[in-house]
Amino acid sequence: MTITIKDVEHVANLARLELSAKEKEVFTGQLNAILKYAEKLNELDTTDVQPTSHVLPITNVMREDAKRPSWPVEQVMKNAPDEEDGQFRVPAVLE
Amino acid sequence: MTQATKYETVIGLEVHVELHTKSKIFCGCSTAFGAPPNTHTCPVCLGHPGVLPVLNRQAVEYAMKAAMALNCDIASISKFDRKNYFYPDSPKAYQISQYDQPVGLNGWIDIEVNGETKRIGITRLHLEEDAGKLTHVDGGYASLVDLNRVGTPLVEIVSEPDIRTPEEAKAYLEKLKAIMQYCEVSDVKMEEGSLRCDANISIRPWGQEQFGTRTELKNMNSFRGVQRGLEYEQWRQAEVLDGGGAVVQETLRWDDAAGRTISMRGKEEAHDYRYFPDPDLVQVHIDDEWKARVRDSIPELPDARKARYTSELGLPAYDAGVITSSKKLADFFEESLNYTKDAKAVSNWIMGDLLGYLNANGLEVESVKITGQGLGEMIGLLEQGTISSKIAKTVFKEMLESGKRPQQIVEEQGLVQISDEGAIQAVVDQIVTNNPQSVEDYKAGKEKAIGFLVGQVMRETKGKANPALVNKLLMERLNR
Repeated sequence: MTITIKDVEHVANLARLELSAKEKEVFTGQLNAILKYAEKLNELDTTDVQPTSHVLPITNVMREDAKRPSWPVEQVMKNAPDEEDGQFRVPAVLE
Repeated sequence: MTQATKYETVIGLEVHVELHTKSKIFCGCSTAFGAPPNTHTCPVCLGHPGVLPVLNRQAVEYAMKAAMALNCDIASISKFDRKNYFYPDSPKAYQISQYDQPVGLNGWIDIEVNGETKRIGITRLHLEEDAGKLTHVDGGYASLVDLNRVGTPLVEIVSEPDIRTPEEAKAYLEKLKAIMQYCEVSDVKMEEGSLRCDANISIRPWGQEQFGTRTELKNMNSFRGVQRGLEYEQWRQAEVLDGGGAVVQETLRWDDAAGRTISMRGKEEAHDYRYFPDPDLVQVHIDDEWKARVRDSIPELPDARKARYTSELGLPAYDAGVITSSKKLADFFEESLNYTKDAKAVSNWIMGDLLGYLNANGLEVESVKITGQGLGEMIGLLEQGTISSKIAKTVFKEMLESGKRPQQIVEEQGLVQISDEGAIQAVVDQIVTNNPQSVEDYKAGKEKAIGFLVGQVMRETKGKANPALVNKLLMERLNR
């Protein structure tokens, strides 16, 4: 699999990144190098290996359904660049 | 040729149901509805850097319970994935959901439309977190974000494209709602958003195997809205095809007030959510013992109850269907039966006076004061002849409003039926004496005159005289 400039533009768009023409070229090269490195794994026979989603040997980490205190709304708003009546204020998004 | 004879409609529904856990799915914030904005938030659900989600066991069990009640196969290994998208209602810029290992797969439910039973397949049921709420302000220049709802546990239930009419869609939703209610996993209040529905709809010429191009309908906020939205959209698509055009695959918003669907521009670009396993949440292994324990907690479901009401209690299928469509109503019905053996009488009062009152006032059975016990006891008083059916109507209305026991109402208002022959005889004598004209009329063959005389006796006794006795004594007196 080879990454093209088009793929980089697509991923950058999804991640809301603006890249210059130069950056696109650099990242295309870097991403291809990374994929090529990972491709080495294809040399292994994985016929009988289950796909791995997690490497930790633990499962079923859960908590009981108990309420804990939330933050005061003043503290919640401390990181908000803009707020109104205890709500985050953001540029309108088209529905 | 009409549209209905020309095209077949194909509908699939995606339903989101909020699970009514006390705390959120990945943190301890409250899930209570209606709190002031952002007062039920913490670093985890706000998506602050460095925090870790911890799964709520109850949410998993509710999801399993719901999936089992929908006849799904339950996964032995389930996991969570990140669904990536940018939108202000999602502070992490991804939603924790389930991609390829959902809790439940391959289920079904039976619905009934026009007296016929139809099975609708359920593709999958998965667990995920809800998003926040946006309010648009400043004439559409800005939006306010309330993140209280972020992290409320949801199950998404995806149906197979087995639904063929908007009416079937509504029946499917009603059945789904009833099942969730019976399982007690959700409040399923559409007006509070604890049940939400999106629909995929396409049409195709009858006999064509391939599906037509589908559109996705959003923002249908009531069961009625779902039906109306789908009716409109099947008509719109037929108009497009009849006009020689092609249906465009797009997302549409149902405008209930305007009664039409509106294209949601900007959402047309193909979604690319780049799902990947959430590394913060380890796999959930569900062994047979856990499955069995959850399965044991599932109560009798609406179809089973309906079957029992018709076979064991002899209710008509229609009555049994109406009563079991709401768990609260069915529980009310069964509570009544602890106080009377006459199931048909209880059903008649529910189908007539109770539902008539609830529908006329837009109420649910849990919001009126009458209890199943009250109705059962009232029917008992009727059976014993303590009250007449006319008085029962008065008692019933009083029970609806005050919640008092029927015996108490009868005593307080002196409504006890007069079954004392002597007392009624005295009134009959008096009425006959005072109404010689009616007596003449009756003797002259005017049968109607008897009704007037009975009415006078009832009036004199304020409706309390035993009607059968009044009739008997009056006839005896007149034919003497």
